[in-house]
Amino acid sequence: MTSSSTTPRPAPDDEGSETLAVSSPSSLAAQSDTLAESFGDYVSAQIKRIKNGESGILPVLIGLIVIIVVFQAKNSEFLSAGNIVNLLVQGATFVLLGMAEAFVLLLGEIDLSIGFVAACGAAITVGLSAPPHNVSWPIAVIAGLAAAAAFGTLQGLLITQLRLPSFVVTLAGLLFGQGALLFLIDKFGGTSAGGTIAITNDVLNKLVYGNLGVTTGWVLLAIALILTAALMVFRNVRRRGSGLAAPPLALTIAKIVVLAVAGIVLVAVCNHNRGLTVPLKGVPWVVPIVLVILAGWTFLLSRTSFGRYIYAIGGNSEAARRAGIHVNLIRVLAFTLTGLTAGAGGIIYASRLGSISANVDGGQLVLYAVAAAVIGGTSLFGGRGKMLHALLGGLVIATIYNGTILIGLSAATQFMVTALVLLGAVTVDAIARRGRSA
Amino acid sequence: MLRGWDLLSDESGDVPLLRLRGVTKSFGPVQALSGVNLDLYQGQVTALVGDNGAGKSTLIKAISGIHPTDSGELTWNGDPISIRSPGDAAHLGIATVYQDLALCDNLDIVQNMFLGREIVRYGLLDEPSMEKTAGKTLADLSVTTVKSIRQLVESLSGGQRQAVAVARAVMWDAKLVVLDEPTAALGVSQTAMVLGLIKRLSSQGIAVLFISHNLNDVFEVADRIAVLRLGKLAEEGPLSKYDTQTVVQLITTGTAARSGENQTTPVTPAPGKADR
Repeated sequence: MTSSSTTPRPAPDDEGSETLAVSSPSSLAAQSDTLAESFGDYVSAQIKRIKNGESGILPVLIGLIVIIVVFQAKNSEFLSAGNIVNLLVQGATFVLLGMAEAFVLLLGEIDLSIGFVAACGAAITVGLSAPPHNVSWPIAVIAGLAAAAAFGTLQGLLITQLRLPSFVVTLAGLLFGQGALLFLIDKFGGTSAGGTIAITNDVLNKLVYGNLGVTTGWVLLAIALILTAALMVFRNVRRRGSGLAAPPLALTIAKIVVLAVAGIVLVAVCNHNRGLTVPLKGVPWVVPIVLVILAGWTFLLSRTSFGRYIYAIGGNSEAARRAGIHVNLIRVLAFTLTGLTAGAGGIIYASRLGSISANVDGGQLVLYAVAAAVIGGTSLFGGRGKMLHALLGGLVIATIYNGTILIGLSAATQFMVTALVLLGAVTVDAIARRGRSA
Repeated sequence: MLRGWDLLSDESGDVPLLRLRGVTKSFGPVQALSGVNLDLYQGQVTALVGDNGAGKSTLIKAISGIHPTDSGELTWNGDPISIRSPGDAAHLGIATVYQDLALCDNLDIVQNMFLGREIVRYGLLDEPSMEKTAGKTLADLSVTTVKSIRQLVESLSGGQRQAVAVARAVMWDAKLVVLDEPTAALGVSQTAMVLGLIKRLSSQGIAVLFISHNLNDVFEVADRIAVLRLGKLAEEGPLSKYDTQTVVQLITTGTAARSGENQTTPVTPAPGKADR
């Protein structure tokens, strides 16, 4: 690419008498509904967008609140500090696997293998770190993640180079992964292990249940909030400096306040003593781990060319190809990131259980992963969705899982309720899409 | 075909920006293009006309690297070149607006206009710069009906989508802009806007090649016309040598019965500056 790749030509001068009235960029932006000038404008623009079918995360937030209210009404223990932390810990796996699935869902593809890919990654990490190998935990984690990512790459190559449907390739990947899991457990644990490898490494054990100190939790929250606020304000200032319409200051402050309140409630709940006999308090490690991965992947999708290309391919892959995007490379990389994130989900899953076994139901995990992304608002048809959706959807699934057990409902009920919520989420999406096209 | 004055002339308009000689393309047993010759000149608007299936779309896809040619010679300002991919075409300065517009519905106007050529600062997307440039380009093209350039493309009307696609093509340092039926499905005022835009492009020294079924549009803006029929070039020449009836005859039969004067050869020598 020559300099033309970075230097757009000056737009042609408006000299033709046949043209219509010219409007300046600022007046274009002033009419914007997404870049409202005042707080009131913003609110009314948001209401209009919802009416137009761009409801965003509103349905899943409302759904989550309804579910929480129902469970709290049935059992007052539901919103206790201990149970909330428990719920976050249970949700972490769903959230991570949902984020893994999001990369390929955004392309309009699917990856059915990630349940067993996650388990295989975890088996490698746990197996390597346990006797007799006793590999140090960072190397064991890297090995597990690398193996999961490599499996994703391989599937991506099969899909793009042989032009096979991702559904079939990853269905084969699911079966292969199930076999690979049995093989790995046997290889690492030996036949005497009974199909289970226990985590012996302290750090790996603590990934989920280890707690940050009370003060550390507050300090980390403060740093995260200051960074986020600085980033938002900086972006606003830069837009105004470029002569573009920026969101009103009141809106930015409101967003920061909402984030701060959510963060303070989260840390306060986690720092509340939830021990029954001995004091137990602090934010579980898994919470910052999930949030850092969420922030990283959100950043990748929304602020880099790579992320932009994923959305473009999901929206119109032919248009992306004609724009000179290396479509197949991006698709392979997306499958790689799916594998990598699934590997992280697997390690967190193993850490929660304290072991990894050959009985992991990878088929069910992947269905929960897809459900988490879709419940959160990610489209199955590509091009629409966010990492945040997987977080919210994963929390919905974990809430139902946790709540049904807490109020003593059977597993049968739990599956059926999850199914109904999934169906409800897809229905909301379908109705929204009808509103959009109308 | 080479003439002495073709080589000696230092008038820039005389060396075609892009010259096609004997271009062929087949899809399996279907011969879509056979032996097509075409010259495109700086600052000139060339209309490409022909019936459905004449090979118009295949020809512009060959020029834009979507379907590379099977054989034939291409020169760019006299230098032999090959266009094997959309990247090659973009590198030369060929910008194409396809009939299907090739827009991503799920992205907004700015994102579509910069797709594949995002402005990146410190490895990150530079949204303010992109938004500013896109806004200026659209404003200069008199695209006044969009509410916000951060609107998703799926919420735009057909005419607005066309405007975005055209704006995307001209925003870059294009030397040749290829438009596939830019005025199809447009209302009267938006057609006038797009035609005005085509004129302004050529007045800036950009070569424009556009497909149209609407001969009114062709006669309003084109300097030259090329008629394709069944994958072969029926005729090519300055528009002033043709009238609507002749063009219709060429499109339908491949030959035109004319009263002898100004008989054009399949490839005429380069014209002077626009003779409209």
